[in-house]
Amino acid sequence: MTRIDVPIARTYAGAASAAGPLIFVHSTKRAKLGEWVYIETEGQEDRRGQVIDVGTEVTVIQIFEDTLGLKPATSKITLTGETATTIAGRDLLGRALSGTGAPLDGLPPPIGEARLPIWGAPINPVRRHHPSDFIETGVSAIDGMNTVVRGQKLPVFSGPGLPGVELAADIVENARPTRGEPFAVVFAAIGITERETQSFVSRFRESEVMERTVLFLNQAADPTIERLLTPRVALTTAEHLAFTHGVHVLVVMADITHYAEALREVAAAREEIPGRRGYPGYMYTDLAGLFERAGVLKDSPGSVTQLPVVTLPDDDITHPIPDLTGYITEGQIVLSRELHQRAIYPPVDVLPSLSRLMNAGIGEDHTVGEHREWADQLYAIYARGREAKLMAAIVGREGLTPGDRRALDFIDEFEKSFIHQGRSRRGLEDTIRIGWSLLETLPRDELTRISDESWEARRRSASGKEGS
Amino acid sequence: MTKARITRIAGAIAEAQPLGDAALYELVEVGERGLLGEVIRLRGDVATIQVFEETSGLALEEPVRRTGSSLMTQLGPGLLGSILDGVGRPLQGLAGQSGNFLAAGMTMPTLDPKARWSFSPTAKPGMVVRGGDVLGVIEERPDMMHRILVPPGIEGRLEDIRGGELTISDSIGALEDGTALSLSHTWPIRERRPMARRLPGDRPFITGQRVFDLLFPVVEGGSVAVPGGFGTGKTVIEQSLAKYAKADVMVYIGCGERGNEMAEVLHDFSRLTDPLTGRPIMDRTILIVNTSNMPVAARDASVYLGMTIAEYYRDMGYHVAILADSLSRWAEALREIAARLQEMPGEEGYPTYLANRMSRLYERAGRVESEGEPSRTGAVTFITAISPPGGDFAEPVTQAALRVVGALWALDPRLAHQRQFPAVDWDTSYSLYAETTTEWFGKEGGEDWPKLRTETIRLLQRDRELREIAGLVGVEALEDSDRLVLEGARIAREFLIGQNAFHPHDAFSSVFKTYHLARLLWALMSTGTAALGEGVAFDKLDLAAVRVAFGAVKTASPETLEQRIADAGQRISEMRGE
Ligand SMILES: Nc1ncnc2c1ncn2[C@@H]1O[C@H](COP(=O)(O)OP(=O)(O)OP(=O)(O)O)[C@@H](O)[C@H]1O
Ligand SMILES: [Mg+2]
Repeated sequence: MTRIDVPIARTYAGAASAAGPLIFVHSTKRAKLGEWVYIETEGQEDRRGQVIDVGTEVTVIQIFEDTLGLKPATSKITLTGETATTIAGRDLLGRALSGTGAPLDGLPPPIGEARLPIWGAPINPVRRHHPSDFIETGVSAIDGMNTVVRGQKLPVFSGPGLPGVELAADIVENARPTRGEPFAVVFAAIGITERETQSFVSRFRESEVMERTVLFLNQAADPTIERLLTPRVALTTAEHLAFTHGVHVLVVMADITHYAEALREVAAAREEIPGRRGYPGYMYTDLAGLFERAGVLKDSPGSVTQLPVVTLPDDDITHPIPDLTGYITEGQIVLSRELHQRAIYPPVDVLPSLSRLMNAGIGEDHTVGEHREWADQLYAIYARGREAKLMAAIVGREGLTPGDRRALDFIDEFEKSFIHQGRSRRGLEDTIRIGWSLLETLPRDELTRISDESWEARRRSASGKEGS
Repeated sequence: MTKARITRIAGAIAEAQPLGDAALYELVEVGERGLLGEVIRLRGDVATIQVFEETSGLALEEPVRRTGSSLMTQLGPGLLGSILDGVGRPLQGLAGQSGNFLAAGMTMPTLDPKARWSFSPTAKPGMVVRGGDVLGVIEERPDMMHRILVPPGIEGRLEDIRGGELTISDSIGALEDGTALSLSHTWPIRERRPMARRLPGDRPFITGQRVFDLLFPVVEGGSVAVPGGFGTGKTVIEQSLAKYAKADVMVYIGCGERGNEMAEVLHDFSRLTDPLTGRPIMDRTILIVNTSNMPVAARDASVYLGMTIAEYYRDMGYHVAILADSLSRWAEALREIAARLQEMPGEEGYPTYLANRMSRLYERAGRVESEGEPSRTGAVTFITAISPPGGDFAEPVTQAALRVVGALWALDPRLAHQRQFPAVDWDTSYSLYAETTTEWFGKEGGEDWPKLRTETIRLLQRDRELREIAGLVGVEALEDSDRLVLEGARIAREFLIGQNAFHPHDAFSSVFKTYHLARLLWALMSTGTAALGEGVAFDKLDLAAVRVAFGAVKTASPETLEQRIADAGQRISEMRGE
């Protein structure tokens, strides 16, 4: 077979046309799909782009910076021969970098240990280890009811103005392993405000967490198309730390909604056939390319756990962004405006919330033996109480059965003393204990999810503690 | 002849020229790394190719080579227990080549070329054989006979046949016309395998899930759509069926779903045994895995690959169940490719031929009489998860499926949020197989099975009406008999329909357990009604004890089940107090 030499870099004078974030170049020799491109326009900063469609007649390049003022005809376009890469290494820890890895902290650029393609490669499913290591987040609604494990991707679904980023920050701050295992945080700010970013960062500045954190910041004012790169740069860094250095990495990506909007902008500029609400038909595949980069490998220490934050446009969980996210991630933590307004923090609505990997991470070997039954029982009564609440709004409390009335009282207590915990960290033991004390206000025969063994065991340990 | 070269690349699509002499659906090798691709459109001398591997880094002018055949799969012993990607490469083998991460351009045969199989011929030299005739058998797994058949379309007098310890490519003999025979052959995955004739379904596919076996049964050879929004339990259902349902062979297709789920499947399946045969589950399972971040075009192939393997075992006379999760991802792959081709989109951007493709796919399921001698019947049951956007069933994939499937297991996010699992919405779900399976259940389950089924459905319907009323006037305002219905339905939801996939003894329900729970429910309702008729007040009925007893039956181990059933019967008869 004859080998075609792709010249390392080729420079062309002038693009034929430009539209939004795209430029169109005629007759590029041997352009590669995904090839990294530099665009020089006189008197302006260099721009970076990527080949997204190659043809003998036209090659389409997507530009990551603002294209305002770009003069296609007189720009110099250099195809580098390489796909996009980023520097990864332990020296990134403690650094604040731009959305594509340039220093923002006044320090010199990181030297790194490797230059890696940001698009990553899919983990071979047979090389995945089934995630089962419990992460204690210190949040009852999560640890108790929606347990997270290492290697999971669990988004926070937040409405506009709800404290999604704050909750993510709580989790990061609390979730440090106590056993002295290597641990790191990679934070990808994707189009969020300066204020949100600061509230996240300032939490860690004082503590040693900052030394273990890499910040990639693409903020609201930064170029929108760059948002397509930021999470990938962050994940590449995270994978390197996890799978080369055996570090347990928690990746926070906020906000996926801004990412999806950037995706839509490119699709519109390409005049693609739009899918639901204008988002491209391949958005599921594209988002999966981010979220599937969470995981644990067999025979390899380290893990990548993802905590994406998704803002639900109009609080609508059926909007394509949360909908497709929910179809890819392993559950979701859903925040409730109603609880937020009642000053319950964190305002987690446990009914639509879910952790699909919970079962592998709980039970005798991980948390407590009765965890599943206990959580199922809390869910069952809470669900019944919420239904009773709706009914009571019409027929009044008197119209309810005694069981429904008890469930109705239960939900109030549950929200006040179990869900609500303010900013303080709550250990798993306390979470389980508070749950039990709520359950014990109900007659035993209503606790159908609790087996006799668990019930007896609980009785014994409770009386044992009182006795001692 | 000038060499074909790449003239365009966009996403999973490449164009090459000149390639006018290629055939539609011909397999081609794209670029220097030889990425697998398939010709999906020909215009003049330009071929449009969907590439089954990651295309980034592919450059203009790289060569494209024809292979002369369409996408085929190898069929033969050794499929059971294997884990394949969407185009049939064993993932373990790929890990040996590229480590933890997948790379493009690797090749790896589906079947292990070195494995030796002990083949015992049953056909004799001199016999005239034709496609589908049994040539001999191999014990592929303990107690699992792999029948080696004459490949479809072949006919002639057998000149020679021999047994022994053979690899899949060794000769096992030949026909007089020189046609060589071996333990394996290849088949184009998009083509259905021939059969003698279709047969109507006659017996239920025992799922081990009470809500299906009792209320919405499916026949062996049937097809089911399982639509539901995210987190409603589609995957748990597919996995539970793969683990516990009754079939000779299970083909599990993870199409465009999660890597961690596949890790879970691999983890669980390698530790579990079939409740009926006591054999490791993996011994009867083939996993086809194309996670959502693996190349999108291979999602399209994965479903056809699974179907072809299923038909292959069907032809041996087996009942094969395909568990596909999720068919929506397959349809979306079609949409993604169609969009790149700038085809005129139909509804919601799906290509206009979506419904047609889907019905042809579902039509490959069914119970059949196989070709060849000795006569055999086999079946392919097709259980397909569907992921409708926003959980709304008024969308093209769900709708196209509903036109062809025989049963709908509709999942409801409201039930899922209440942790009522399986979250099957019993109002919208249906089964056209209920009639057909009545006889079997009447015989094997219990004489009054059909009555119990109708009574359960009636109770649930009545419950819904009453809850609407209760929502307006309050439960306390209802008649005692209506309150009994509400309470009975609550018990039905929690203990009869509800099933915890993670409880060791509840995850699978034998027909025996399902029958008795339904029967206890009926006993509860008739005893309760009688008591009310005799003037006992509803509030005086000891339903709490009954509820506890139902719970004990639901989670009873096989050893304690009969005792628990007896106990529950006792509680029911005593519930009116003294
Ligand atoms: N039968 C069951 N018993 C107990 N829990 C269940 C059952 N079915 C579903 N669940 C719970 O619901 C969760 C979600 O189920 P599952 O992953 O099957 O949803 P899905 O419909 O496949 O979602 P997606 O479309 O996003 O893949 C499970 O992780 C589990 O916690
Ligand atoms: Mg699923």
